[in-house]
Amino acid sequence: MKAKARTADVVIVGGGIHGCSVALQLVRRGLKTIVLEKDHVARHASGVNAGGVRRLGRDLAEVPIAQASWELWQDMPGLVNDDCGYRSSRYLKVARNNKELQQARIRVRELHALGFKHEEVIDRETLNEFMPAVSEDCVGALHVEGDGAAQPFRTTIAFKRRAQDFGAVIEQGMPVTCLGRKGNNWLVRTPSGNFETPVIINTAGAWGGRIAEWLGDKIPLEAHAPMLAITERMCRFVDPVVGTLGDALSFKQLDNGTVLIGGGVRGVASLDNNSTKLDMAGLSRFLKTAQDVFPVMRNTNVVRMWAGIEGYTRDNLPVIGKGSESGVFHAFGFSAHGFQLAPAVGFTVSHLVMGETPNLPIKPFAVGRFHV
Amino acid sequence: MDYDVIIIGSGPAGLAAATLIAGKGGKVLLLDEQLRPGGQIYRNVENTSMNLRKILGSDYACGEALVKKMRQQSVDYIPGAVVWQVTEGREVGYSVNGKSSLVRAPWVIIATGATERPFPIPGWTLPGVMMAGAAQTLLKSSGLAADGAVFAGCGPLLYLVASQYLRAGVKIAALLDTGAKPNYLAALPYFSGALKRWDMLAKGMKWISDIRRSETRVIKRVSELRIEGKEEATGVSYRTYSGAAGRIETKNIFLHHGVVPNVNLAMAANVEHLWSDEQICWYPRVDSWGCTNVDGLLIAGDGAGISGGLAAEAAGRLAVLWCLKELGKIDPTECDSLARAQISALKHETRIRPFLDNWFKPPEPFRVPDGDTIVCRCEELTVKDISDVIDIGVAGPNQLKSFSRAGMGPCQGRYCGLTVQELIAKKTGRKMSDIGYYRLRPPIKPISLGEFAEMDAGPPANES
Repeated sequence: MKAKARTADVVIVGGGIHGCSVALQLVRRGLKTIVLEKDHVARHASGVNAGGVRRLGRDLAEVPIAQASWELWQDMPGLVNDDCGYRSSRYLKVARNNKELQQARIRVRELHALGFKHEEVIDRETLNEFMPAVSEDCVGALHVEGDGAAQPFRTTIAFKRRAQDFGAVIEQGMPVTCLGRKGNNWLVRTPSGNFETPVIINTAGAWGGRIAEWLGDKIPLEAHAPMLAITERMCRFVDPVVGTLGDALSFKQLDNGTVLIGGGVRGVASLDNNSTKLDMAGLSRFLKTAQDVFPVMRNTNVVRMWAGIEGYTRDNLPVIGKGSESGVFHAFGFSAHGFQLAPAVGFTVSHLVMGETPNLPIKPFAVGRFHV
Repeated sequence: MDYDVIIIGSGPAGLAAATLIAGKGGKVLLLDEQLRPGGQIYRNVENTSMNLRKILGSDYACGEALVKKMRQQSVDYIPGAVVWQVTEGREVGYSVNGKSSLVRAPWVIIATGATERPFPIPGWTLPGVMMAGAAQTLLKSSGLAADGAVFAGCGPLLYLVASQYLRAGVKIAALLDTGAKPNYLAALPYFSGALKRWDMLAKGMKWISDIRRSETRVIKRVSELRIEGKEEATGVSYRTYSGAAGRIETKNIFLHHGVVPNVNLAMAANVEHLWSDEQICWYPRVDSWGCTNVDGLLIAGDGAGISGGLAAEAAGRLAVLWCLKELGKIDPTECDSLARAQISALKHETRIRPFLDNWFKPPEPFRVPDGDTIVCRCEELTVKDISDVIDIGVAGPNQLKSFSRAGMGPCQGRYCGLTVQELIAKKTGRKMSDIGYYRLRPPIKPISLGEFAEMDAGPPANES
């Protein structure tokens, strides 16, 4: 006998940090919410990313939502009952030539014109003051005070647990195999039972493109595997989180002395078997950048290199908004910089679902921007 | 240089494999972490004094012939090569003298042998405590032996090392034997099979009787062990199943509960592994030639399942015969006929295993610790730390690793993986095989950042 479909006000597909954050805000608004996660919560990009909590250097379109999210990050215990290992100090993107520094100055002027005053350009002396270990080749930096980093797995689990506290149901090991209409509702099929819901939210990360297609939205999304490396413990030599202006690098020394290095350099991801392949040449290149910026790193041992699976859109901006069919909402394709945005995305998507106007400009993230 | 086969490890499996393939005209690269060939079992065998040979025994000395044969063949042998990665595409990353290189071949044989099982008891991380195998390494490589040490645990290697110590004229303060009665009953059905290797049984009996005839205190049926000391080990206290208790003063404690396949390299290459309830360890799924689920990647020797040095030789030759046949250097008939002797040698060598596996199964209290005992040495996490994380619903080793950092240190879980897995199994009532193991990532051994940065790895494939 076929089991009856379970019903909910909202079904969220994808138990990453965005799915859990959206779930938290919806259960707080009193909606019966079920999250379906194909593996376990925080298994992919949400749990294994570099943990950067960064406004600095974002695309201008993302600055308002990043700023709103930053404000939420200042009270994570209030939001999710855990500090998530969040530490903020300074975030710097160093320039290794004057051209990079000049571009940074132009960017800061643009930001100021929009009313955002958090970023500034600092000279070589100030840079050395903030980070005495930095290489002499660095001529200055784009700087923000108050950005930092958190522990990604712990943060995602904190959102999950808080959502559960308010009654969210989180089903793990439950891949969605089919999505279709049933009257005005959506019917969600999984190997362990079906769900019927008027509202479906796609927070499936790198798998978001596939889910979107089932929901009637064709959104080009590529899966890649951004790579990371971590070193053995070192004596404390740098407090700020560091990036480079020329090429992508994220660099931070954690509380236990280990140094986490990400490079925006990608390995190969496979959506079908959850596997990632490292690209040794790419790793070698971003470790070289790390060594160029901090010569003190040269003799430190790397103990582990890995990659997560992440979805990238064509313009590297996320997809956040209503789908073309009724009852469909998307929040995916964060293109390797979505971790910091999760607290604000939770509120924004919940506003959309409740039929309210979001208090943040999300037009640049509209689903329809890819339609020809 | 274009190689036909890359072999990792120059223990018995790697030596036998390299010798055979070179003899058939194959181009072979033999990479080994040690500076001398021989692996753990025949460590430093080319250079030991006559006196040390007498101490280590004839089983050790016979490794010399194996090394000699390899030396006579045209094998590109690189000692001091730390292999830190093997990919599914059979790209091998290795480091020699602080310089890393990548090399690829159509066939790669992993022959990296075994590693000692973690022995998590209170105080096991104190200076002065080491594994019995490590104590034997010191004896083989530098003739060093500690006077007045305590040996604790069970298993053939423990008795062998103790008897070698005695032959070296070194006093042993005590041997604390953790062998338990249920093991003997479980092993009984396999005794008749083991009798076919009465020669091996006799060898073991001889080690044990050497220990008994010496002045060494032997305490049997030990049910509890605790190493004492603050800055370093100062003694070991014990309790037996019959309730007797005591304390022995010593600065050196050698622990041993058998060896398990060294799975890190193979697991990181996505080789499928299976769980053995009998040997309480993971082992790679290989066919009778040593082939794994990864194309062109074979595993030979103890790394594919613990069977000892002579079995490893046969397995190494079988792996190479498969490669030679596939490379077209021998025809299938020759391959099959050459394989026959190796298959029967392998069968002969493994007959005693079920008996030994059951007889020397490490009892649970020494595998699943409690309280403040350290589980992950690298991150200094105790059983309580791990249990707290399991309690908040973190249901697998990888989630636990992300949450607590257990297994994230330089040893990549070698010291804590099996313990963490068993703690989860015990606390959640699930089967060991369902819990799984850490996802392992390169580098398998720590390599300096500068070395990676300066490595010639070709152009990046893909960047943002």
